Amino acid sequence: MSIMDSIIQIKNLSKTYADGFQALNSINLDINKGEIFALLGPNGAGKTTLINMICGIVNIQDGMVSVDGHDVVRDYRKTRSMIGLVPQELTSETFETVWGTVSFSRGLFGKKQDTLYVEKILKALSLWEKKDNTILTLSGGMKRRVLIAKALAHEPKIIFLDEPTAGVDVELRQDMWEVVRQLKEEGVTIILTTHYIEEAEQIADRVGVINHGELILVQEKNSLMLELGQKHLQINLVNPLKVIPASLMDFRVELSACNKILIYTYDKNDDFGVSSILELLSSLGIAYHDLDTKESSLEEIFVDLVNRKLT
Amino acid sequence: MNYPAIKAIYIFEMSRMRRTLFQSIVSPVISTTLYFVVFGAAIGSRITEIDGVSYGSFIVPGLIMLSILTESVSNASFGIYFPKFSGSIYEVLSAPISYIEITIGYVGAAASKSIIVGSIILLTANLFVPIQIAHPIWMITFLILTAISFSLLGFILGIWADNWEKLAIAPTLIITPLAFLGGSFYSITMLPPFWQKITLLNPVVYLISGFRWSFYENADVSVYVSVGMIGLFLLICLMLVWFIFKTGYRLRV
Repeated sequence: MSIMDSIIQIKNLSKTYADGFQALNSINLDINKGEIFALLGPNGAGKTTLINMICGIVNIQDGMVSVDGHDVVRDYRKTRSMIGLVPQELTSETFETVWGTVSFSRGLFGKKQDTLYVEKILKALSLWEKKDNTILTLSGGMKRRVLIAKALAHEPKIIFLDEPTAGVDVELRQDMWEVVRQLKEEGVTIILTTHYIEEAEQIADRVGVINHGELILVQEKNSLMLELGQKHLQINLVNPLKVIPASLMDFRVELSACNKILIYTYDKNDDFGVSSILELLSSLGIAYHDLDTKESSLEEIFVDLVNRKLT
Repeated sequence: MNYPAIKAIYIFEMSRMRRTLFQSIVSPVISTTLYFVVFGAAIGSRITEIDGVSYGSFIVPGLIMLSILTESVSNASFGIYFPKFSGSIYEVLSAPISYIEITIGYVGAAASKSIIVGSIILLTANLFVPIQIAHPIWMITFLILTAISFSLLGFILGIWADNWEKLAIAPTLIITPLAFLGGSFYSITMLPPFWQKITLLNPVVYLISGFRWSFYENADVSVYVSVGMIGLFLLICLMLVWFIFKTGYRLRV
């Protein structure tokens, strides 16, 4: 199986709600089989609407979505049985037990009860000890785990995680990403939205950025960071400078407020800028005692992309 | 047909009855006992017989029907409203399940619960008054059809309601008055002619009349008219459910 095989195809998908708000505007997107795809965007960008349309919760107005070659409207039984959804809100049957609600999810998706499988999921998500507890008695983080267990209960090929780590403590978050990595190893395709962009940076294969209902960009995460990411070289000077020397003006150089740090910003694929700057500084007799480099994060790239679109 | 899904919804809904055993079963039994005390003993001592049946026995079918109507509507409306309220409806909407299967699951469970409650009331009533069932098959048919019809109505109300107040309005302001004024505790022949005609506009009259006929062979209207009216009511509810799922009304945006 090639990772480049598309499992979800979205063509010209648009959605305008009854109040006139256009949530999605002609979205075209292919999700590859077995990948982790991070969908990033500010609040109200259209991430949840997109997910809900694929899952069948929101009606499709214009365009089409197919899952593994099946249309999500016409062949909804096939497509939905392949998908598991972890919603953004902590929604579950308050008075039901953990075991009961996960078993319910499995049945709802047409699978016969399999106590061993449900046990395996609950143990993987550290919920086994709580299996007889009602949802009401669980903490927010544990409720989030229950939602993940419910989404996995029918052994889906695709899983949507809509802000899965919102309100979850660090330890729990690490556990969840471990589960996500295991799912990827098992060949499950994962589409996630998250506010913690550093998580997408760590875990995603590809990134899509959505804003105002439009897909601004879809790219391999590594190539995106290489292409749009920037590096910053911080040169700590021995003596403060009054102004930036004229010969350095051709470079993107700034002088810090204390006049003792020069900051050079350059593209990641710029091979000669750093050595040129250092040579120039030596030739100008400007001494420095320390160097420090910093790489822009996916979050910075994301903010930059969204701001660029706004301007 | 996604049978595991229907079974999952059905079992899930029935488990709520187990969790709320007191509210589900003991409450109707207590209510029935109180009705017998008030209507059977206090009023019944002044009305000895109606159409050759003792007043205590006469009101049994009406009492059962009253519970069936209110229980069906409240169970089904709560069953679908609560997931909407809590947000967990997303799971049903994203599952590989047709609207027919969703309806069978929720309505089937609500109807089952109300039939159980109706049966308990019948057994409780039997402790107070002698009961005969002249046409048991018809009795069961009326019981099941009424439970399904009003569970469908409750299901529709649960989808329509977007707050708790609306959820409570229909049973309180419509179902209970219709049941009380539909001949639960009297024969409509006891009313003045004008009010008899007005009462015939109440669909519950036909349900209670048909159900009472299956017990004592006494009916205010023809049993065939009763069956026809239940059938018509069932059809209207099914059409409304079909419309709801076709359009996504109050479920899918």
